[in-house]
Amino acid sequence: MSWLSDKFSNILSGESSKESPSWQWFYRLGSPRWFYQRSGQWLPWLSLAALLVLAIGLVWGLAFAPEDAKQGNSFRIIYIHVPAAFLAQSGYFIMAIAGAIGLIWKMKISYMVMKAAAPIGAVLTFIALFTGAVWGKPTWGAYWVWDARITSMLILLFLYAGVMALQYAYHSVDAASKASAILALVGTVNIPIINKSVDWWYTLHQPATIKLTSAPSMHMDMFMPLLVMIVGFYLFYAVALILHTRNEILRRERKTSWVRELVTAKAGG
Amino acid sequence: MASQAARKMDSGFAAWLRRDLLLAYRRSGEVASPVIFFIMVSTLIPLGLTPEAAQLEKVAAGMIWVMALLATLLSMDGLFTSDYQDGSLEQMLITPQLLPLPLLGKIAAHWLTTGLPLTLVSPLLGLMMSLPSVGYLPLVCSLALGTACLSLVGAVGAALTVSLRKGGLLLSLLVMPLYMPVIIFGTATVSYAVDGLNWLPPLAILGAMFAASVALCPLAAAGALRVTASN
Repeated sequence: MSWLSDKFSNILSGESSKESPSWQWFYRLGSPRWFYQRSGQWLPWLSLAALLVLAIGLVWGLAFAPEDAKQGNSFRIIYIHVPAAFLAQSGYFIMAIAGAIGLIWKMKISYMVMKAAAPIGAVLTFIALFTGAVWGKPTWGAYWVWDARITSMLILLFLYAGVMALQYAYHSVDAASKASAILALVGTVNIPIINKSVDWWYTLHQPATIKLTSAPSMHMDMFMPLLVMIVGFYLFYAVALILHTRNEILRRERKTSWVRELVTAKAGG
Repeated sequence: MASQAARKMDSGFAAWLRRDLLLAYRRSGEVASPVIFFIMVSTLIPLGLTPEAAQLEKVAAGMIWVMALLATLLSMDGLFTSDYQDGSLEQMLITPQLLPLPLLGKIAAHWLTTGLPLTLVSPLLGLMMSLPSVGYLPLVCSLALGTACLSLVGAVGAALTVSLRKGGLLLSLLVMPLYMPVIIFGTATVSYAVDGLNWLPPLAILGAMFAASVALCPLAAAGALRVTASN
């Protein structure tokens, strides 16, 4: 344990422990230039993997999975709806954790990741709500029900909207990053409370929403493609996050020499 | 000696509490406005919705809670603005004391001048909205705890938007989603009591939210002020 406390006190006192190679990746990760170059190498492979997994999942889910006994083919929207809802929530934690890393270790790159994560998460939340509404009409007979889970997703959308609004409210990039990181962290406390409220609030209105904990009740032939789609959505999320972050890096570092060289090289060659 | 040390210890909290209460006392017209807003909007509901007692009874608790939330939100905007404009906020930021304690004093003063009056007026509104009599005590208890949560959480939003020119609207956008759990359990406390259920569990959750907010919100607000007020 002593090595751990050594590292920790190094971090707290702001000394970079450059002499220990095991931590170098962590400090290198903080450099936008290093991240830009390295992520450029990852991107083609990651995009290919995302495309492949999503294609497999979609074809499997939409064409080969058995029809639902009660809902017929309309259940197939699950293959978009559930992964989107999944990523919408993990995306919030990714954003908040990136914000926390930025506040604690003052890493420039993590603020950029945080800013990039907000619109992606908001869009995924919107997709989850939209597909839920489309699915709700044939199964529940209504586009919108004030069910605890649906309402909590709407609140999640508002939380994302708040972080994005705060990002654009400040002229100073530094203040915008720190302020929205604080907001994202405060919002994290909110999420478990909202999820818990499913148990107490409007218990009468609790139509079965699919949870992964109840997965065994789902037929394996239906569940496997769902799992593939969730993995595919995670990969897609990683690709989208990296692309947005790279964009943000170029915007914020546009005055540095390496970005200028990069842009002029691209334009010239 | 001991009392002197004690005075030094809590001077941050007590001094800012006393100062803000004094300021509120000297501007008592402004202090009354959230309560007047609270009462006036509640008058709109029977006019706009229905004057029938049987129907009002159903929406009474939720409406009173929504009004209390809006009234708090309206008053939240001013928590730091005058201090920011006259420079006393910067004085607060550069004092060697721990920042969260004076902030807690300011928030306590805010609750004493908005949340507490709203809580005290609420039985009257409950009467006007024909809330069943079993609902009064839960309403007062839940509002007392809940409005304190609203003040604490709202202070974080106010700190995040203090230096922005049109911070008020943004403040409500940021803070409203964070208020939703409070209103969920606040109304649950009252409706459980009206339905004849045990209303202590939702009240206990409100209490837990209050405890967590007291511990965390002054810290978050202090961090936010250091970022935004120096900007």
